[in-house]
Amino acid sequence: MRRVVITGMGIYSCIGKSLEEVSESLYLGKSGIGIDPLRYDFGYRSPLTGILERPMLKNLIDRRMRTGLAEEGEYAYMATKDALEHAKIDMDFLEKNEVGIFYGNDSSAKAVIEAHNIVAEKKDTMMMGSGAIFQSMNSTVTMNLSVIFKLRGINMTISAACASGSHSLGLGYLFIKNGWQDTVICGGAQETNVYSMGSFDALNAFSVRTAEPHKASRPFDLNRDGLVPSGGAATLILEDYEHAVKRGAKIIAEVIGYGFSSNGSHISQPADEGSFIAMQRALDDAGIGTKDIDYINAHATSTPLGDMYEAMSINSLFGKHNTPVSSTKSMTGHECWMSGASEIIYSTLMMQKNFIAPNINFETPDEYSAKINIINKTTEKKIDTFLSNSFGFGGTNSALIIRKFNS
Amino acid sequence: MKREEIIRITNEFLVEEIEALPELLTEDASLKDDLGIDSLDFVDIFVIVERKFGFKIKAEEMADVTTLGAFYDYIEKKVNSDNGDAK
Repeated sequence: MRRVVITGMGIYSCIGKSLEEVSESLYLGKSGIGIDPLRYDFGYRSPLTGILERPMLKNLIDRRMRTGLAEEGEYAYMATKDALEHAKIDMDFLEKNEVGIFYGNDSSAKAVIEAHNIVAEKKDTMMMGSGAIFQSMNSTVTMNLSVIFKLRGINMTISAACASGSHSLGLGYLFIKNGWQDTVICGGAQETNVYSMGSFDALNAFSVRTAEPHKASRPFDLNRDGLVPSGGAATLILEDYEHAVKRGAKIIAEVIGYGFSSNGSHISQPADEGSFIAMQRALDDAGIGTKDIDYINAHATSTPLGDMYEAMSINSLFGKHNTPVSSTKSMTGHECWMSGASEIIYSTLMMQKNFIAPNINFETPDEYSAKINIINKTTEKKIDTFLSNSFGFGGTNSALIIRKFNS
Repeated sequence: MKREEIIRITNEFLVEEIEALPELLTEDASLKDDLGIDSLDFVDIFVIVERKFGFKIKAEEMADVTTLGAFYDYIEKKVNSDNGDAK
């Protein structure tokens, strides 16, 4: 079996639009949460969201390429452009080599709604314009990026709710490990517009701590009152180790384990058993034990039940080692389809720079989080191996283990 | 509407919204081969023409419209026609 390494990373998030900016935000425990006043007018219960501005692509790609891109595709383009640059992969390489893409995305609400509104008003579908269909489909991100970057390998969007980004990396890892691809672009993208989160807000799942937006996302804290939606995009370039060495690529880290499971129970509530299985599977795949994990980047979204179940499963597996845990969602909010990929970037940056980013706003433990070692202040620590969890609606669970590369 | 005005408005949207190169906008320019306008671009041009000139292009009427000059003529005919589809 081949070894799978990360050779490039790119991020477009509410805590930074470059690896440097994101590293600094993580180290400083900086929150990217704010208030979107449009949400009040729209009828949201909570106006809290990760704050992100739309990128300007006019001078970067031509009109035809831009026309098919929905908001999340724009974010994904920026993250992927940067990741490819980081990996020193240019258009010449992409034209001469087969590169695949697995990217997490599970909605394109704004594109669908805006197209519908046009037809409802004009009673003529042609008035939607040529971009509507390409923006509206769930596979909008991979559909467009594969054309923009001339990709000729596996080409697929992974829709697995809040585990989409993580599963995309898991699949990229499996394809390379099994020799079916040498290089795969993996990632996750999430739209952040006012249309995209209305039905989620309808579940009363969001924090309403509007007086203190930076304190609203408080995973594992006793006084958490819900998640804060967020988004953007994160891209990682996964590559076969030998292939990467042959082209002189810099090795950032190694993907050593992927675990998955499905809860088979409630559509919106996670379960400790399912997450336990995913984590254990990842450990088995990596051929390591729980003692070998130096840091856990938790899924924990700041929901009362979700964080509880994850604390239980982390305690079951790692309690005896007191493994440090933090949820970067405390700073970024819940990046949903993007989160599984972005959190690998956040954790890899921590691993490169020898620190654990804080689970900010963790002030008072509850009876479950009291049993695990939650890091709520930036802590200097050498991390050789980390585990990252992502759990989604429908009970889909994904766990990834990344290690510092050791030739 | 005078032909000069039609040319001005058409060239403006071709440059600003379709991003055609201004120096290529000549009467004998081929829409497809010189200006690079493909079938997807035509869908967008349909939307823009409705907004700018108030009528809907009929695909079957565009079969012989292959040059920019022919396109100006087509718009002129539709906009100034008493039986046109102008709003």
